[in-house]
Amino acid sequence: MAAIAVEGLERAFGDVRAVQGVDLRVGEGEIYGFLGPNGAGKTTTVRMLTTLLLPTGGRAEVAGHDVVREARAVRATIGVALQEAALDPLMTGRELIRLQATLQGIPKAEGRRRADSLLERVDLAGAADRRVGGYSGGMKRRLDLAAALVHEPRVLFLDEPTTGLDPVSRRTIWDEVRALNDEGTTVFLTTQYLEEADQLADNVGIIDSGRIVAEGTPDSLKAEVGNPHIRLQLEEGSAAAAEEVCARIGPLLPPVDGKTVLVEVENGAADIPRVVRALDEAGIGVGSLELVKPTLDDVFVAKTGYHLAQDGEGAGDQAEAVSA
Amino acid sequence: MSGLRANLRVVGALGMRSVRQTFRRPQLIAPIVIFPTLLLAIQTGGAGSAVELPGFPPVDSFLQFMLAGAMMQSLMLAGNSGGIALAVDIEMGFTDRLFAAPISRFTIVLGRLVGTAALGLFAALWFLAIGLVFGAPVEGGVPGALVAILLTTIGAMSIGGIGSAIALRTGQASIVQGLFPLVFVVLFLSTAFFPEQLMVEPARSIAAYNPLSFVVEGIREPIVEGVDAGDTLAALAAVAAISAFSLLLSARALRHRLRTGG
Repeated sequence: MAAIAVEGLERAFGDVRAVQGVDLRVGEGEIYGFLGPNGAGKTTTVRMLTTLLLPTGGRAEVAGHDVVREARAVRATIGVALQEAALDPLMTGRELIRLQATLQGIPKAEGRRRADSLLERVDLAGAADRRVGGYSGGMKRRLDLAAALVHEPRVLFLDEPTTGLDPVSRRTIWDEVRALNDEGTTVFLTTQYLEEADQLADNVGIIDSGRIVAEGTPDSLKAEVGNPHIRLQLEEGSAAAAEEVCARIGPLLPPVDGKTVLVEVENGAADIPRVVRALDEAGIGVGSLELVKPTLDDVFVAKTGYHLAQDGEGAGDQAEAVSA
Repeated sequence: MSGLRANLRVVGALGMRSVRQTFRRPQLIAPIVIFPTLLLAIQTGGAGSAVELPGFPPVDSFLQFMLAGAMMQSLMLAGNSGGIALAVDIEMGFTDRLFAAPISRFTIVLGRLVGTAALGLFAALWFLAIGLVFGAPVEGGVPGALVAILLTTIGAMSIGGIGSAIALRTGQASIVQGLFPLVFVVLFLSTAFFPEQLMVEPARSIAAYNPLSFVVEGIREPIVEGVDAGDTLAALAAVAAISAFSLLLSARALRHRLRTGG
């Protein structure tokens, strides 16, 4: 049985069709990365799957329960950490997790035990009795994650769990997500960070303008957009000769500048010695050489015509047009 | 755990959070206690001789008359503050955490109202204590005090339902906060601060039919004279009517929010 099964899911807000017929399946124990720019429909989809928003079309099941007809059963089996950690700044971390345990119907003594254990797990035991308003962004995300885990959910929804976090906090969340997945939790993760999807997800769905435009494992998606290429940085005036040599090895990609040559290679790293030898035999000096594998951004560009911005610090939140 | 017991536990936990939140955020507690106390001090200090006006009901002191008005003002502001706090929860996404839990979603509203009722209880005790300290004890004794406390407590909950309905419908704290002056308009069009006999038309007729006048008289009677079954029942009926109206509004607003997502 799929942990999440979605068919033709739609949501319109007046004339705006935020989600337009999304189909997807997430297997038990999988990490599914739902990738897309701001406004693509990620959060709207998550809100429907977590029963916070009614679909206007299609159907979805989570843990075998219909999100409309069996909403309460869905809510009993899922954990949810929504975008920008929805935490009460006036509560302490311990109070929040205990409240969450009560909301999940966990008996008082057991709720207290789990709160202590989870606070320990996310390394917040020392700050448990401080008000959340004084927590850093990373601490808030960890607390939000802990709260989502209090009832040991089968399926965990994380809506942009690392947006705006520093690299260290981001790694901590990633480690925790991997650990949870190792324990058997299915994770549905929305993100606008390509690296996050690449690092964590078993399968990735790319959504743009409310539609899924690509789906598969990160490797299979990258393989779809072509072979890796070697990027050669050459000495002044030798680019033309290098192009002639490299063209015998593989197709050339459009030149970036007068000192760089890009040549596509079928066998990846295994082709590097061949390229180096050929250039050496032709007496062409190489300043630097780099094997560039296709990225999910290349997949994204191929499917949508846009780049997902990649500064990784939350500033590059918008999609940018590749060209006019 | 039975469904009812589980729901009551959730309502209790949310009510406790609501009370804690109010006491930790000075801007929420100030209107409930400090403003009505200041107004009470100013009115009793500056207009104490009003009791000598012809037609003023027989009371020991102006403070004794005004206590019920202060309690009424406080319970209404508690209801308004509860609405503001719920709207803040919506704005910061905290209600999503609650909506995503496997609970009856109306318990979220009820939890907030229980918190508002607790603040009403606190306000009642506060003003009765002020009366006791400044020479305006409850004439109706312990039963009278209990009636005044009960009406203030459930009155706060009934008014809180209106605040919650507006918060759920709009999702904006600034709009609920914008209703703050309306509280005073409605109060001045009741018998909270003036005896009905001394009001002029059309305020007098409006006050005569204003449900808040029934509530305030139900609180005032035990303080100035003693428990009167008729006044108490009329006040309870008014609270029941306001509660039914406000809970219906809240339920509709909640349904709308859940259906449309905003």
